[in-house]
This record gives sequence, structure tokens and C-alpha cells, in this order.
Amino acid sequence: MHKALLIDPLKCTSCMQCELACSFEHTGAFNPARSRIKIFEFEHGARSIPYTCTQCEEAWCLHACPVEAITINLATGAKEVDPNVCVGCKVCTIACPFGTINYSADTGKVVKCDLCGGNPQCAEACPTGAITYVDASWTGLDRMRASAVAAHASGA
Amino acid sequence: MGWQRKILRVDLTAGTSTVEPLNMEWANAYLGERGLATKYLMESMDPSVDALSPENVLIFATGPLTGTMASTSGRYAVVTKGPLTGAIACSNSGGKFGAELKFAGYDLLIVHGRSEKPVYLHIVDDEVEIVDAAPVWGTSCWNTEEWLKSHHQDPLLKVASIGIAGENLVRYACVVNDLHRAAGRSGVGAVMGSKQLKAVAVRGTKGVTVDDPKRFMAVVAETKAKLWDDPGRRGLEKYGTNAMIDNMHGWGGLPTRNSLQVQFEGTEKINAKAMRATGEDGHRNLVTNKACFGCTIACGRIAKINPTHFTVVHRKEYQHASGGLEYETAFAFGAECGIDDIDALTFANFIMNEQGMDPISFGGTLAAAMELYEEGVITDADTDGVALNFGNAEALTIMAEKTGRYEGFGRVLGMGSKRLAEKYGRPEVSITIKGQEIPGYDARALQGMGLGYATSSRGACHMKHDVFEEDMDDVSGNGKAKPCKDSQDRIAAVDSTGLCWFTTSAWGLEEFAVQVDAACAGTWNADRLTEIGERTFNLERRFNLAAGFTRADDTLPQRFLKTPAPSGTAEGKVNELDRMLPAYYRERGWTEEGVPTNETLSRLRV
Amino acid sequence: MRHVIIGAGPAGVVAAETLRQSGRPDEVFLLGDEPEPPYSRMALPYLLAENVGESGTHLRHGNAHFQKLAIEVRNERVRRIDTSNRLTILENGHEIAYDRLLIATGAHPVKPPIRGMNSEGIENCWTLADARRILAAAKPGSRVVLMGAGFIGCIVLEALAARRVELVVVEMADRMLPRMMDETGGAMIARWCESKGVPVRTGTRVTEIARTNGNLTLAVDEGDPIEADLVVCATGVAPNIDFLTDSGLECGDGILVDHRLRTSIEHIYAAGDVAQGPDFSTGGREVHAIQPTAVEHGRIAALNMAGIDTPFRGSLSMNVLNTLGLVSSSFGLWMGTEGGERAVAADATRSRYLRLEFEEDRIVGALALGLTQHVGVLRGLIQTRVRLGAWLRKLREDPNQVMNAYLECTQGSGR
Repeated sequence: MHKALLIDPLKCTSCMQCELACSFEHTGAFNPARSRIKIFEFEHGARSIPYTCTQCEEAWCLHACPVEAITINLATGAKEVDPNVCVGCKVCTIACPFGTINYSADTGKVVKCDLCGGNPQCAEACPTGAITYVDASWTGLDRMRASAVAAHASGA
Repeated sequence: MGWQRKILRVDLTAGTSTVEPLNMEWANAYLGERGLATKYLMESMDPSVDALSPENVLIFATGPLTGTMASTSGRYAVVTKGPLTGAIACSNSGGKFGAELKFAGYDLLIVHGRSEKPVYLHIVDDEVEIVDAAPVWGTSCWNTEEWLKSHHQDPLLKVASIGIAGENLVRYACVVNDLHRAAGRSGVGAVMGSKQLKAVAVRGTKGVTVDDPKRFMAVVAETKAKLWDDPGRRGLEKYGTNAMIDNMHGWGGLPTRNSLQVQFEGTEKINAKAMRATGEDGHRNLVTNKACFGCTIACGRIAKINPTHFTVVHRKEYQHASGGLEYETAFAFGAECGIDDIDALTFANFIMNEQGMDPISFGGTLAAAMELYEEGVITDADTDGVALNFGNAEALTIMAEKTGRYEGFGRVLGMGSKRLAEKYGRPEVSITIKGQEIPGYDARALQGMGLGYATSSRGACHMKHDVFEEDMDDVSGNGKAKPCKDSQDRIAAVDSTGLCWFTTSAWGLEEFAVQVDAACAGTWNADRLTEIGERTFNLERRFNLAAGFTRADDTLPQRFLKTPAPSGTAEGKVNELDRMLPAYYRERGWTEEGVPTNETLSRLRV
Repeated sequence: MRHVIIGAGPAGVVAAETLRQSGRPDEVFLLGDEPEPPYSRMALPYLLAENVGESGTHLRHGNAHFQKLAIEVRNERVRRIDTSNRLTILENGHEIAYDRLLIATGAHPVKPPIRGMNSEGIENCWTLADARRILAAAKPGSRVVLMGAGFIGCIVLEALAARRVELVVVEMADRMLPRMMDETGGAMIARWCESKGVPVRTGTRVTEIARTNGNLTLAVDEGDPIEADLVVCATGVAPNIDFLTDSGLECGDGILVDHRLRTSIEHIYAAGDVAQGPDFSTGGREVHAIQPTAVEHGRIAALNMAGIDTPFRGSLSMNVLNTLGLVSSSFGLWMGTEGGERAVAADATRSRYLRLEFEEDRIVGALALGLTQHVGVLRGLIQTRVRLGAWLRKLREDPNQVMNAYLECTQGSGR
């Protein structure tokens, strides 16, 4: 059974520990600008939504890639970008209807959530339980999936 | 590492900006944020100049842990000469701005001079522009932040700005960042205003690295776990700082009606419980709690004004959620002005954030004006016809807006209580130290707090010392000098790390030291931090002495020294400063005149 | 059952893989007319820029990929198809019979009808073979003229600049990217190129190219002639449908296909750049010669070929481009619709631009310059037809709030 990131915005305090952890894991520096999970704030901080890739079944990014740089990690189910193969064409960034795969001008490649190989650091760092790593059958994931389904229904 | 090892110096008179390497000798001696900025300030200006003159220097300073994964890593300090006090001002703030400045690659931003026309700074990593601020001059902090994000098409831009109050040199104008966090005290926003600097807008993508990443991650995991389990933290998360108001009311230490009283009968209408209560109409003041950058405490309050309340019923633009009451706001607008209308308090708090004013000083100034109004010294002719009686919630909200917009009697309130009281020939009604209004602790009921007020480098302040336990143990001047001095040094060190003082219910200097040690090159232990704190405190003292302060300024309002507390734990008592101060100077290694001795200065290598 | 796929580009390869994954023991033939493993034209600029080697352009990696999937890959060119006998007739005269046929023959570059256009030293940048010739000819300091500043031209521009050639761009239309950018965006990109030292001559038509002693002279209708060592032509492409002339397949610009990717003749499907299929935005049929459409076409055509009835809701026209570091993208009806509303944020000095087009309270098109974070939500918002409600007003004031609008409209939690 694969696990997935479950995000509960009601618990998010916008503390940015997830972005710090993500950027540190992937770049070695604390750098939210390079985080693959982003917190969005609404109404002076009354609501905060952490947001990242749901590793959706449709895998728009993977299918759109012209050079097979995006593959599925069979252990985690994560869609992972191989930076050695990615040419930086950015087609995946417009193909993904969730906007969760992004071009990084620094590296000339795209980046996305890779679930840290099965130990997602954002969930590890989240102090309030707003981000947890749970069995993918967990019902709380349904709402997150709903928008993926909607996009799928329209796109195909 | 920890530091970015770069500072950005902007000369607004010349319209230039330069990047220089961080002086590592100073960084090793003063660490960062408060300490390091104090050193840079001292080396960059003459302390005797007018705080609102172009010769004053304004520093935005991060610490070596700012922007890291340590808990509460969002702190930055604004250090300058304060126009409210004429003393060194160090106002620190959370939110996300400080970390962003660090991510752009700078430990410090140092602003000199005065621009001929209003400008703002736009910083994106190495790109620094001084930009015409005409489109936002004359508007609020909220409008400024929104406009800058929209104009630069970057919703992630972080903004620190002044409102109309700061533009008009309201003596206690603050620098507001991230809509409702503020470098609040001593009028640092007026210094920005005097320089015609409307805002600093920054976006950083460089990140922060640490000296020993593996150890750092292990250490911060431990310190965060310790903080998480701390009851003090849990209280702050659930109730915010306003949990304090019940304690102070019960103790008889809650300054009420311009400190004529020490307990407020309306406390339970404005306390943390009231904020959390859902009314019959389904409205609840508290919407949620919110964290600053990196913070695992999340004491911040996000609140909503009841949409049927007179302040907002016809003003949809204030019906959204925003920063809610902290203890100091609840005290200053509530108890000190005798007002128990939680929505009016929340509205006035919104206005403070929107226009950039320190609620403690505004509340204290309004309270002084209310005392004079009730005595008939100030009349309706002065107040634009508004009845400034204690307890008048509408008066609070009207005057908050008038001061925020610098209109009518708001111009007088904008002077601060010391200048206002002098203007009306009644200096004793100003409950200030070195010109700065007191926070929410009565100096008779908390004797050591009083000593802290008298000796704090920035005037009346509750954030630069911590004698709380000793004050609870013994309502007298006994045994307060050493804990006051020690805590001042300890907090000066904490304020130099880039982390928040609110962690100290769980962390001692050892916890700060291990985090600094893993982040920064060199060996850092609690003793070294203590020494840095003491060094910083003495350097602040030297600044103030050079600015013209003397022993005579290390005092308290007559009301605390001469008028016995009317009720509560300290009923019948006055503050015993006369006894505490000489002992304190001895502890400090200062002369009887409050001047650091040469031995002290050379011991500390100041 | 035997499936024959003509064309080994992305549409063909995805179709072949999808057929195999559909779980039936059918035969799958994949015919490509270039003597290369299936590769991506999209990746050629990165080969030119020497970011990748030739193998980096391959659609799939590992020699045995197609073999493992039992996909019969053949290097064959199809001369014509015999629809009554269900035969593909190859250039070499051989025949391959099919039960289901997918035409995914892509497109070919079109050179403008100019005298001297076929001279030596004038290249397209369309095939691996083209790329090899350009690699050999475009040395640092070479004088190179790029004809055409459309989508492909601009991708090639980036690659040529990376080769440190002395580059001049000539575009007939009045702006760069006339079909994916409006005047504001096109002008910003042109200014950006100029600022990076690449002159762009828009509204300029090459009238003749003369070659003497290896030197190319381009006569133009505006200004002095341009001297060059190499001309790279990127003036447009057209679907490869010539071989279907007598087939009876209905064609417009490309092969007309329905919502199952079926052509007008039973058992024949078309996909990718050659297909003129349902357009999500207009409801009409358009050729969308872009990678995501090719892939979606290929997948859905294959499912239908395998007997798994799968409707296609139409492709969204969209592009993303990096011009010397300035990233631009376009989606759907970016040019707007009659009676629709528009929100624009433009900052020419910083080359930032965002244009949103609305129909009622939905986004139907978008243009962006300098936006790299979460750009995909523009597709998401358009394609899910999300109602913006109160966010419409906010986006009209500040279109850069689009990510927040997306999140609250799709993930919003009521607190």
C-alpha cells in the first residue's frame, strides 16, 4: 500500500517549517523559494493552505515529458524527475493542471515533490499535524483527490 | 555560515546602495540582530543627533539563526535612535519579512540619510532599487503592502512599511511587516518617515546555510521537541499572550485608567476567554492562531470584529479577519483606558496595524489624555468634540483613526503622553520612562519590573528583562538587582540570535547556544552568549550616555514612586527604586552615576 | 488483431505503449521514417545547446524498451494506404496489413517561396539530421540568421544563442510569437532579446537569398541586406497528409478526427500534429501541434483502437517557451472572446506580464511572461471551468492572485 501526503489546512499555522525542511532536504540550504511545498495565505492569515503534488494517478507531468525524465518510484508511488534526463523544456509545467511541477531557472530543470524517497520531510517537520504521511486509502484524501478527478474528466 | 556575511548599506540622500562584507570581528563579538546592529549603529552615527534628522541611522538586522529551521527563526530587529525616547531603540518583530531579508543575502540593511522625495526600497536578491513611492505615500501599511505585491506582480514579496502615522512622524509610529506584525516600540516607524522611506519590499531566493547541517538538524529537532511539550508554549498557542490579563488583574498589577488603579473590573470581557467565546449571535472574536516564520509556538491571534458592531457595521472593509488582541493591546486599550468593549479594542488594534502605530504608546497616551479630560484640563474644544472619558469605546476608535490619519486631536495624541502631558502643563500624568509609555505591568505590584523599566535602554519595556518569578515571590525591592541585570543580559543575547524570546519558558541560554554553535563557525556556549548580552547592554548604555542620558533618567513615574497602590497584592506599597538602583549599578559594574567603569568596559571588550 | 501506427513521434509511441498496456495480445507495429530510435523534436534545441547528447533526445531510454513491450519498431516510410483492403503500402513496395491504423505522421517544416531558399547553408531545425548539420555549421562567432520568430523559432533562438553565434532574428509578422503572444508580450520578448544582444527585426521579409563562396546574402524588404554563414529556417510547419491524397480520408488543415480520434474512415485513427481534432476552448476542430496534445491524442486513440471506448474532451492550446531566460506561456483563448472580460498586469521594465481572459466568472485563456511557479494552474482553471465567484473581482484588480484564486476555488476549506 502506497502512502500519501494528507494535508489538513485547518491545522496549518503558516509556520513555514515544511518549506524549510523541503528546501533543506533537496538543496542543503534553508530556502523556501526552493521548496516544493508552498503555504498560501488568505485574509491576513485567517486561512493557510499548504500545497504540493498529490502524486495523482493521471500523472500529467510524466505523460507530457518528451524525454522520459519523469518516472514512477515503485516503492513510494512518487512521480520523480531525473535531473540528468530533464532537458528543461517545461512542457510538464503547463501540462500539470495543479501547477505542482515548476521550472527552476537556477538548475534549468523542473522540480516537484518526490516524497523524499518515502520519508517526506515536510510531514516530519510539521508541528501541528497539518501535513501527515498516511496510507493512501485514508478517506481524508478524497477531497484532495476530487479536484484531480475534475481536471481528469475535463482533460480526457 | 548562519550569517550571510553581507550587509546592504543604502544612502537615501545620495540615492545609492552598496554591499559590503559583514565585519566578522563584530559578528563574533555581537552575534547578530540586536547586538550586531547596536555595534553597527554606534560605529555609523553620532548618538547625540536628533532622532528625526537625516543623520540618524536606521538598521534592519537579522540574526544568524534567522531563516533557519530553528523554531521562531523569523525575528529581525529595527535598531536606530528612537524619536519617542531619544535613546537607542531596538524593536524586534516576527512575521516573514526578516527571514526574507536574510534569504535575499543580507544580515543587515543599514539606511542613512534622507530622500528628497518619498521612496521605497525594492530588493530582489542582488538587485536593489530605490523607487519613487508617490503611488503609496499617504496611504496605509495595508494598502502599501497590497500595492507593492500587485505592482511588482509578486504575491510572495515581503513588505515592511509605515502608514500615515509614520509619514507624519507620530512619535510612536512603528514599522509594520506582513500586515500585522510590527517592530512596534520607540517610534522606529517615524525614523523611516523622517527619511521619506515608505517601505522595504524584499524577495530572497538565496537561502541560508549552516555550519554543521547534520548536527544543526539534530539539535533543532531536540529543542523543538522540548519547546513543544512546554506548558508555557501550550498556553501561548491556545490563549495567546492575553492569557496574562487575568493574572495581572488578579495580582493587582494591571495598570488601569492611566495607572490610577491596578485592577480592571472589565477584564473578563476582554480576556483570552472572551476572545475564544462564541456569542449568542454565533460570532467569535478569535478566528485562529497563527505563527510567525519558523515558529512552532503560534501565539499570534487572528480575529474578526463582530459585523454588527458600531465600528464596522457600515464599513465592510474592516469586516475581514486580521491580527487580533495581544495582551499589551488588551491592557493598553482596555484596562488603561477603562474600556471593556472587545470589538472596539479589536478595531483599534486593526487601525494600529493598518496605519503603523504602537498600541502600547497610543493607549498610554490616550489614557493620559483621558485623565486630563476628566479633570477638565483637556476639553471638547481640544478633542474635536469627542468626550474622552475613561471607558468611552467610541472615543478610542475615533482617536485611533484620527491619530492614524494624523488629523485633529490625533496630532496631539501622536506626540506621545510625555509631550502631551507637558503641553497641558501636567507632566506627572504621563506614565512613561524615558518618554516611553509603560506596558501592562504596574511597577508597584511588580517591583523588579519597575527596575527593568527604569534601566531598560529603550525606556519602559517589558521585553528586555524578566524578573517575573522574583516579582511573584516577593513584592518588595529585595533581591531584584541581580536577576534584573542577569535577565537583561540573557535577553540581549536571545535578541541577538534571530529567535524569539517567547521560547524562554522552555529554553535556557544552553538551548540557544547549541543551536548557534551548530549554525555558526566557532565555539558557542551559554557563557559566551551571556557575555555577548552583557556587552550589548553596555554598548546600548554607552549610546544613551552619549545621547545625553544620565542617572536621573533611570527613574519611574511619580505615580509608581509616590502614590501607594490602591488595591491588590501591593496595596499601600510604592516602588522601591531608590533601594534597587544602586544595587543594580553595582551588579553592573557601573559607577554610582550609572556609567560603566573602565574595568567593566575592558572586561567586556566593548 | 494488428495495430499499425505510422509515425514514431510522441503520439505514435504513447499509442503503441497504451495499446500494449491495454492488456490484449494484439500485434503492434510502429513505423518511423527516420533512421533513428524514436526521439523528441522538442529536445533538439537542447542538443543544439549541447545540454544533452543525441541519446538525451530519445523518447524512451534503454535499448530494449520497445522490444520488452513487444512493439515492432520499423524504419519504414509509408507511400500510401489502401483503405478498402486495410493495407499500408511502404516506399519499398512492401505491404503491412492492419486491423486498426493510427496515423501519427506529424508535420514537416515549410519553407517560404523565396528565390535561393534551397541553397546550401540553409537549414530547418526539425530532424536529428538537421540538428547534426546545424551543430557542425554553427560555430562560436558564426553569423547566423534565424528566419521566423514563432514558437519553434524562439526555441531554436535560445539554442543558437547558447552556441555563441552572432545571431540575427528576422520575422515577417509585426511581432515575435504572433500566434502565442499578444503585442504587449511579443514586444517585451523582443526587447528582452535585444537587451541580451540578439537583434530582432520584426515586420521584415526576406525576399531572396544568394550564396557566393559560402557566404549567404539575404535581401530584405526593410533595410540593408544581411550577410550570414548559416540560415536557420523556422517559418512554420504543416501536417504530413500528402501521402493520403487518394485515400478518401477527410482532411482540413490536418486529418479530421472526432471525439474518439476516429477519422472519416472506419478503423483509421489519427493523432498528434497531423490530426485536426476537437478543441476544448472553441468546440471546433483544430490542429494543436504541441506535445501534451500529441500524448493525449495517442493515449485516447489507442484506448479506442483497443476497444475501450474513451471520449476525448478536446485539447487545450497551450505553449511554454524560454527565450534567453525569459519564460513565457500561453493557454486557451488568450486573445479573448467577444463580450468576455480581461485582467492585465504588465511591467515592461521587469518583463513581467500576466493576462487573463474571462467568460462570465471562468478563465478561458491566459498569457504569462516571467511566471514559472505554479503556471500549470492556468491550465487547471481553464480546463476544469472552475467558477471564480468572488475571486473574479479580485483577479480583475490583481491577476497575480491567480494561484490563491485557484486554491480557494478548488481546495478551499471553510474555516
